[in-house]
Amino acid sequence: MFACFPLESAGSQQRLGSSTTCGPRVSELTEAGNLAGVQHIILVLSGKGGVGKSTISTELALALRHAGKKVGILDVDLCGPSIPRMLRAQGRAVHQCDGGWVPVYVDQEQSICLMSVGFLLENPDEAVVWRGPKKNDTPPGTSDEHMATVDALRPYGPLGALVVTTPQAVSVGDVRRELTFCRKTGLRVLGVVENMSGFVCPHCAECTSVFSRGGGEELASHAGVPFLGSVPLDPELTKSLEEGRDFIREFPESPAFPALLSIAQKVLTEAPARVP
Amino acid sequence: MEEVPQGCPGTGSAQAGRGASCQGCPNQRLCASGAGAAPDPAIEEIKEKLKTVKHKILVLSGKGGVGKSTFSAHLAHGLAEDENTQVALLDIDICGPSIPKMMGLEGEQVHQSGSGWSPVFLEDNLGVMSVGFLLSSPDDAVIWRGPKKNGMIKQFLRDVDWGEVDYLIVDTPPGTSDEHLSAVQYLSAAHVDGAVIITTPQEVSLQDVRKEISFCHKVKLPIIGVVENMTVFVCPKCKKESQIFPPTTGGAEVLCQDLKIPLLGKVPLDPHIGKSCDKGQSFLIDAPDSPAALAYRGIIQSTCA
Repeated sequence: MFACFPLESAGSQQRLGSSTTCGPRVSELTEAGNLAGVQHIILVLSGKGGVGKSTISTELALALRHAGKKVGILDVDLCGPSIPRMLRAQGRAVHQCDGGWVPVYVDQEQSICLMSVGFLLENPDEAVVWRGPKKNDTPPGTSDEHMATVDALRPYGPLGALVVTTPQAVSVGDVRRELTFCRKTGLRVLGVVENMSGFVCPHCAECTSVFSRGGGEELASHAGVPFLGSVPLDPELTKSLEEGRDFIREFPESPAFPALLSIAQKVLTEAPARVP
Repeated sequence: MEEVPQGCPGTGSAQAGRGASCQGCPNQRLCASGAGAAPDPAIEEIKEKLKTVKHKILVLSGKGGVGKSTFSAHLAHGLAEDENTQVALLDIDICGPSIPKMMGLEGEQVHQSGSGWSPVFLEDNLGVMSVGFLLSSPDDAVIWRGPKKNGMIKQFLRDVDWGEVDYLIVDTPPGTSDEHLSAVQYLSAAHVDGAVIITTPQEVSLQDVRKEISFCHKVKLPIIGVVENMTVFVCPKCKKESQIFPPTTGGAEVLCQDLKIPLLGKVPLDPHIGKSCDKGQSFLIDAPDSPAALAYRGIIQSTCA
C-alpha cells in the first residue's frame, strides 16, 4: 500500500479547531501498528503555496490506484485541507476504533482511503486563528509542525519526498528553500514535479507557457535531484477536482494524463518490493 | 534577535516566567514580574514611527499561489509611477519572501543607520523591505518559530526608516498565521486603511477567502475589497478566451455579492505577467496596453479611491 502525505510548506499557516498541535495529532494518526500495512510512504511537499500539491497528491493516488495499488492519503494541510473535496468526501465522519482512527474510503472498491485534518475541523468557514506558545508542550511555529510530521513518519522509512513547483522563478525560489529543508532533515527527494507547465488552448491547440517556463528542470538540475516531469494546465482537471470526479478515469485524452501516469510510473520504479 | 526556550508559555501567559521551561531564559525575571502582560511598548512606538505614513494597506489571500505578491508588487509600481507619490513596500512573508525577486532586487543588502534600517530603494519614490534581503543565499531556508517571526515583524515596523510615505503596502504570507497576527497587533494603534484580499475563481480558493474574511472581522481589520486573479486566459494565437480555473461556484463575484464586500476587479491570466515578475520588472511597463495591465490600473484606482 502506498501512502501519500501532502505537506504544506514550512512557511505556511495553521488553522485548528482545537488547541492541539499538529505534531501530536500526526503521531496519533501514525501510531505504532497503524502504518504497519503501508509499504511505501511518499511525502508531497512544495515550499510554495498554490502550486498544486494537493492536486498532484490526489492525481498520483488515482494513478497508482489505476496501476492496481491500494493507496492511502493523509492530508495534514491544516490551512486549507482541500483533499476531501477532491475525492467527494467532504463532511464525512471519522470514527475511532480500538486500532485508532478509521480512514474514510472514497470508493466502493476500497482502494483509496483518506484521512484529512479537514474531517476533524469544526466549522469549514470559520477562521480559527491560533498563535502560541499556548498551554501545550510543543511550541508552535510552522517549522515545528513540518518537522513533527517528518519525525513522526521517520520510523516507517518513507520512500521519499516529491517536491512540486510551477515553472516561475518565484516558485522555484521558495522550492529551493524546501529542498534545503529536505537536506537538513535527511529526507530523500524522489524528484521534482513541475505543475501548471503550459496551457494548450482548446480552440487552436497552441501551447502557451502561462507561468513562464523551464523552472522545474533547472531546479532539479541545480539541486541534483531527478526531474520527474511536467504536468500541463488542464481546466478539465481543475473542474474535475472541484467536483470530486476521477480525472484519470474520465480524461485519458487530456494532455495532463500522460504526464501524471509517467510520474506515477517513476514513483513505482523507485519503490522496491518490500516484505511486509 | 532574541531566542526563546522550547516550551516557552508565552510572555502574556499566566505561566510567564514561572514555567519549568522558563529556567535559564534571560527574560525570566521580566516575565515573572508580570511585565509581559502589559501591552507591548512597541505598539506605541510603531504608531509614532508610522505617523509619517498616510495610508497603510495589507494584501492578504486565503490560499497560496493566487497572485498576492504579484499584486502587491504591481500596486507599488502603479502608485510609484507618479513621481510625487512616495511608496513603501513591506514584505512580511518571512518563510517565502517573493518580493525581492519580483522587484528585481535580489541580492540587495539592507543598511543600518542612526535613524534605523534603510529600505532598499528601487526608485527615489519606491522603497522596499523584505526578510529576503537579510538572507545570504537564495537556498537559505527560513525555518523560524513564531516568537522569532513576531520579533522580525516588530523590527520591520518599528525600526525601518521609511520617511514620509503616502502608501505603505504590506505583502503577507497566505492564510492567517503568526505573521498576520503580529502585523495586526503591532499596527493596532496606527490607523490601517484596510485589507485587499486576492483570490482565483475556483471554489478551492474561495473557501479560503471566506476564512480570511472571517479573520479580518475577528481582528477588526476593515476590508477594502477582493481582487479576482487569473480570471480568463486569452490565447495569444487565436485570441479566444478559456477559463483555466473555472468558477464552479460563481467566482469572486458571487462571493462578494453574498458577503457584501466590494469586488475591486478581475485580472485575466496573461503570460506576460509571469515573465515580467521573473525578470523583476513591472508588467505595467512591459505590456501597458494589455487587458491585464488595464485591469490592474482600474483596480489600483478602486483600491486607493
